[in-house]
Amino acid sequence: MKAAAVVIVCGLLCATLAAQESGVLRYGGDAEGGAPFMEADPNDTSRVVGFEVDVASLLAAGLGRTPRFVQVGFSSLDPAVERGDFDIGLSGIEDNPGRRARLAVTVPYYEFREVLTVRRADAARFRSFADLRGRRVATLGATQAAETLERARAEHGVDPVIYEDDVHPYTDLAVGRVDAVLLDAVLAERGVRRNASLANQPADLGVGHYVGILAPRDAALRDRIDGLLRDAMRDGRLQAIFTRWGMWNQDQPRLYARVLAGAPGGPGGSGGSEDPQLRTPESASAATLRYLPALFRAALITLTLSCVSMLLAVASGMMIATGRVYGGGVLRAALTAWVELVRGTPLLLQLFVLYFGLEAFVQLPALVAAVLGLGLNYGAYESEIYRGALQAVAPGQLEAARTLGFTTWQTLRLVRGPQAFKFALAPMTNDFVALLKDSSLVSMVTVVELTKQTQILAANIGSWFLPGLVCAAMYLALSLPLARLARRLERRWGAGIHA
Amino acid sequence: MSALAVRDLRVARGDRVVVHQVSFDAQPGELLALMGASGSGKTTILRAVAGLEPLASGTIETGAVRLGPGPLPHGAALRALHARIGMVFQFHNLFAHLTAVHNVWLAPVHVRGEARASAERTARRLLDELGVGGRADARPHELSGGEAQRVAIARALAMDPPVLLLDEPTASLDPERRADLARTVRTLVEGGRTVLAATHDADFVRGCADRVLRLEAGRMAGE
Repeated sequence: MKAAAVVIVCGLLCATLAAQESGVLRYGGDAEGGAPFMEADPNDTSRVVGFEVDVASLLAAGLGRTPRFVQVGFSSLDPAVERGDFDIGLSGIEDNPGRRARLAVTVPYYEFREVLTVRRADAARFRSFADLRGRRVATLGATQAAETLERARAEHGVDPVIYEDDVHPYTDLAVGRVDAVLLDAVLAERGVRRNASLANQPADLGVGHYVGILAPRDAALRDRIDGLLRDAMRDGRLQAIFTRWGMWNQDQPRLYARVLAGAPGGPGGSGGSEDPQLRTPESASAATLRYLPALFRAALITLTLSCVSMLLAVASGMMIATGRVYGGGVLRAALTAWVELVRGTPLLLQLFVLYFGLEAFVQLPALVAAVLGLGLNYGAYESEIYRGALQAVAPGQLEAARTLGFTTWQTLRLVRGPQAFKFALAPMTNDFVALLKDSSLVSMVTVVELTKQTQILAANIGSWFLPGLVCAAMYLALSLPLARLARRLERRWGAGIHA
Repeated sequence: MSALAVRDLRVARGDRVVVHQVSFDAQPGELLALMGASGSGKTTILRAVAGLEPLASGTIETGAVRLGPGPLPHGAALRALHARIGMVFQFHNLFAHLTAVHNVWLAPVHVRGEARASAERTARRLLDELGVGGRADARPHELSGGEAQRVAIARALAMDPPVLLLDEPTASLDPERRADLARTVRTLVEGGRTVLAATHDADFVRGCADRVLRLEAGRMAGE
């Protein structure tokens, strides 16, 4: 067994080394990004197509290597290239000082504008951030647009809503959950193509660039790739690629001219950026400090969300447990089926169904969907705790209640319930702490809670170390007092009660 | 008219009959002791009278309440039964999450609808009379066996039932406490209450029982 494992590990290692040396260019990207970036080829789903795939092929050909695609989640591209999971990341990756500080970044090969998308009906009234005061404006997390929106929150009072993907901001805009979307022009044009009720506004809200990313140790390879990109800018091969994907516009020749002239503002000239925030890389501690108020706000959301969800979990759990202990056959069977359904499917799936799946019937606000998802999911688990606790109350206690003339409901309310509650207290506290941490899943339905905010900060500064420590400290600060409180309650209430 | 009339009582657990055709009457102001070895059926008879065991056949009558074969009484029938009958369990079964005095006033408030303040006054008085007034605010796990039993008696008496059932009342008491208990029970009987006590304590029976029913393997073995 051990020998087999050693052989497999050695095999994998050799394959990896062979890939590096034997003429393969591994390029990492997220095919979930879809066209025009990259998506599964409709004719052969084992292949990917997109302008990034074409750029990778161009580079591989120039290096005399064969391109090989490596699928990596968008938010993991930076750490994955540092770890050596692939040679170059190409996936609509934005140029920013954080990336430049810690990775080997290529010259920019595409310039995009940030575009505000609104419903056609609102096109006349929502033209700029100033028009969107107090309104919900969606974007994709960990992007330049998200940073821009964060500043617009401070300057214009807009309410940023952070999504994990670039499709749902537009569908949610169409159904009225948000009032605008800010994303780069490539995504905005795709969003408008897919939703006829949406329109892009002409206002200039900043520009950005797509770059390739490599591990710092691969600076030499990056320099060769920069040379290849410059060649492709000169001889029109990049133009051909972007024309093929319907992305060519007059911003690109200007960018290429700057890059070829070696304009200042970073290797290869990412000086096209007009944004002072993007010019100066911040230290990790300065960025963390700048994000602290946002982290505290997110921690408050985590705490509130967890408390309200736990209340729902306790209430629904009690009702389910009571129904399963006291109810008739049909009710018991229905409740058992519900508990098994909820426990047998992932919480993440339940959140998706509640928020996106039911969109056609009911548009739940994100926080409501989050509370319902967490509360009902944990309610199923709580119900099992309460059922066990109800059954653990000594039969003599129930008989004593009966001989005093209490009805079943009075016995439950005055004797069995309070005693069961005390048995349930320790596992309940445990579940509350677990819920506090599971609440991070609700970022999938656009709620920016503590983990999500930390992720945004980590993506911004390119390191999880300091943000991770601060985030862990905040979770501990929330959960430790809970555990203490529960121990005190147990001591105060639990004395003398035994099953 | 007797305070309690049991006729041809049969109680079964599955296929096994544990009480066979037992009949007896108990009068107001009478202490009737059920004696027999462990497993003779005396506790089962008490439980059947308290509405905790379904009857296979026979009847139990107290006042206007009549129990017969079939499901256990519930709702109004259960309330009517327990307006007549109170029970003190061998292991007291005090509500573990409540203080002694709270144990005593809980049923008068929630079952009979008495005001909390007056029910609590009555509860404290009963605990005083039974000699455990000083322990009113203690929790059950803080009480000795003898104290817990007095609280359990107070809890049953707070509902003022004409018939009081005592299951092995002396089992958890030392000899001195047994004598105290005998005096307490005698006072209750002299006040006009009917007491039915399941016991195998011959001294207790000699000290205060008016009549003794002997049971053997679930059958009447003599009076």
